[in-house]
Amino acid sequence: MQVEKFSYDNKIVRLFLIATISWGIIGMLVGLIAACELIWPELNFTRYISFGRLRPLHTNAVIFAFVGNGIFAGVYYSLQRLLKARMFSDALSKINFWGWQLIILSAVLTLPFGYTTGKEYAELEWPIDIAITLMWLAFGINLFGTILKRRVKHMYVAIWFYIATFVTVAVLHIVNSFEFPISFFKSYSWYAGVQDALVQWWYGHNAVAFFLTTPYLGLMYYFVPKAANRPVYSYRLSIIHFWSLIFIYIWAGPHHLLYSSLPDWAQSLGVVFSIMLLFPSWGGMLNGLLTLRGAWDKVRDDVVLKFMVVAITCYGMVTFEGPMLSLKNVNWISHFTDWTIAHVHVGGLGWNGMFTFGMAYYLVPKLWRTTLYSKSLANTHFWIATLGIILWVIPMYWAGFTQGLMWKDFNPDGSLAHPNFLETLNQLRPYFMLRAIGGAMFIAGAVIMAYNLIKTAKQGNFLAEEAAEAPALVNPKQGHKGEHWHSAIERRPMRFLLFALIVILIGGLIELVPTFMVGSNVPKISSVEPYTPLELEGRDIYIREGCYNCHSQWVRPFRDEVKRYGEYSKSGEFIYDHPFQWGSKRTGPDLHRSGRGNGMNKPESWHYKHMIDPRIVSEGSIMPAYPWLMEKLDVSHTKDKISAMRSLGVPYPDGYEEQALEDLNKQAQEIYEAIITQDPEIKNARPDMELIAMIAYLERLGSDIHKANKVEEIETVEIVEPIDTAKTTAVDTTKIQN
Amino acid sequence: MLTFIKGHLSSISGIEIFPIISLLIFFTFFVGLGIYVFRTDRKKIEEIKRIPLDEE
Repeated sequence: MQVEKFSYDNKIVRLFLIATISWGIIGMLVGLIAACELIWPELNFTRYISFGRLRPLHTNAVIFAFVGNGIFAGVYYSLQRLLKARMFSDALSKINFWGWQLIILSAVLTLPFGYTTGKEYAELEWPIDIAITLMWLAFGINLFGTILKRRVKHMYVAIWFYIATFVTVAVLHIVNSFEFPISFFKSYSWYAGVQDALVQWWYGHNAVAFFLTTPYLGLMYYFVPKAANRPVYSYRLSIIHFWSLIFIYIWAGPHHLLYSSLPDWAQSLGVVFSIMLLFPSWGGMLNGLLTLRGAWDKVRDDVVLKFMVVAITCYGMVTFEGPMLSLKNVNWISHFTDWTIAHVHVGGLGWNGMFTFGMAYYLVPKLWRTTLYSKSLANTHFWIATLGIILWVIPMYWAGFTQGLMWKDFNPDGSLAHPNFLETLNQLRPYFMLRAIGGAMFIAGAVIMAYNLIKTAKQGNFLAEEAAEAPALVNPKQGHKGEHWHSAIERRPMRFLLFALIVILIGGLIELVPTFMVGSNVPKISSVEPYTPLELEGRDIYIREGCYNCHSQWVRPFRDEVKRYGEYSKSGEFIYDHPFQWGSKRTGPDLHRSGRGNGMNKPESWHYKHMIDPRIVSEGSIMPAYPWLMEKLDVSHTKDKISAMRSLGVPYPDGYEEQALEDLNKQAQEIYEAIITQDPEIKNARPDMELIAMIAYLERLGSDIHKANKVEEIETVEIVEPIDTAKTTAVDTTKIQN
Repeated sequence: MLTFIKGHLSSISGIEIFPIISLLIFFTFFVGLGIYVFRTDRKKIEEIKRIPLDEE
């Protein structure tokens, strides 16, 4: 058999590795600043780093820049070696690298400036979405090109995970990114309200699965055996792990919709599948850990293995917690609190972070043909990072519990024990501080690692072209008689891709078909009308400032929430919301019932003072001040926005564009007059300020249902009080019915 | 969340069949996978398992 000589491209791995570590440190630093802003609100001193704009930058940076580059570094290294082939195209590798960095750079240059779609973890605007699609495609072509020219007959299990990652992320990204462009930097989500929420959480849930989990599991199946120098514990288990994981993950999405009036079976399905997910997840975790059986002594000495063992352990913990959080009685307390934030950081810091560090400690000495500069520095990094994680997550679990229970606490007379939201928030300050310290430790560890790896590289000698040789593969598609179907698809990558696509689409479609059916079945409430032009502009400012990062717009049908915020939210109220702004966390109170006619409604002048300096009217508030909202409102796109909304199905009358600005000015004047009438001491208000538009929006939120005698077809839903049923649940839910 | 859409899914005709279809898909899928995995040739498994370690 003829032996072919070729070389592995190490340069591309080096580039991605440098990008991973650099963006990782930057992304984590941004997170640390955001964490500090929750302790010292004065840090929000400029619009560009105010919390609502910074938090999306943090999440996007760590997910797509840190983990994203980490995926590429690991895949570009392991793929070539597992297939005994150089990457399909050096040009595509470079396009993939530089294109991806440009995307990250464009995130850095848009998010702080308020260019955002307002959809969590998918904030980047439409031109960047298109660029992501193209870069992902470049990666996919390179991936498959390499698989097709391989010199190894069988595709090792790691490659299956890479293929599933490629195909599923492509599907998720494209479906969730349907947008209607208004200008180069502004678009509206194609979907509205409930439908938008369902698509978004189908995306959000599965982005965790297929961007943060499956590619890293693939890397685990390569790097753990390499670092331990022994094959994976059970290859049979890995086959079951792979197919069951990608099959089940897609179905678990409905656990984001608990306490909805989705039919019981659908909610139960979401919960059941989340519980089932525990099995493949733990199958994978055990397969990773058991690979080290008989070699645990190595873990004591080998830094790479140390990091990887903690990473896999964190993966086990976070995939245990996930199913638990999907249980209704746990979700009842955890949802909207910092518990969720702690949960994702066990995954982010523990699983993705620690694994990436382990991989970097493995790769740099290999690529630079040397040994690690300092083992003791690496050990320091290991301990400081591990302690950092503990210090990060434990206080936040505590914070989540504390706040969740305080929200639901009642006095014996039936009134809320903590009617002022701030009371519950002020309890969290010490935990926020501990979290910031934990985060700072984790970053310090990463900086130590960067120093250690630079020193390692300096003492070594980079091997750009790693020579290799292998016999050519003669007709890889040819099998032997009587072999199993799986062996056959393992050898045929395109068929494998198709099979993986079908598997994820089954769950995806069953989840999405009802989603789209719901879209056409949301009961209209006739009193719910489209936003006025001023309110629409105000809503866009709300999105621009990232208010959804701290404020939900979703009152759940719980006794405490109805008491605190007002009538629980109805699907029909969101039909003109492109995009939906339900949020996922309440650092501040829910805002859906902040509009006129609701119990928590505040006068215009209160909002005016509150937005300019929240602490004037709300002592101890940690909300950023928004003095820049005193600038003049840009109405140059108002007409386009009205047209765009009409194209998306919002019933503005034909030709309303021509009247829009007149209506806008009229409403602004009214609000301006209301402000100076309510508080004559306010001297600096003007009708053309952005703030006036924002107030118009806030005064409108959730107020339509109070327009008398126009409500049709709102059904009553039982108030859910799953834990303490002894307490009265007598909340009048029928009052908005005729 | 979504307390409001009670009954909308149940208004989709034939929705009751969904969970049954789901169960069948899963049952078949996992039984098939299980049968395949336990019938695979041990020698081949050992060979594939060593792919990452065979590179140098």
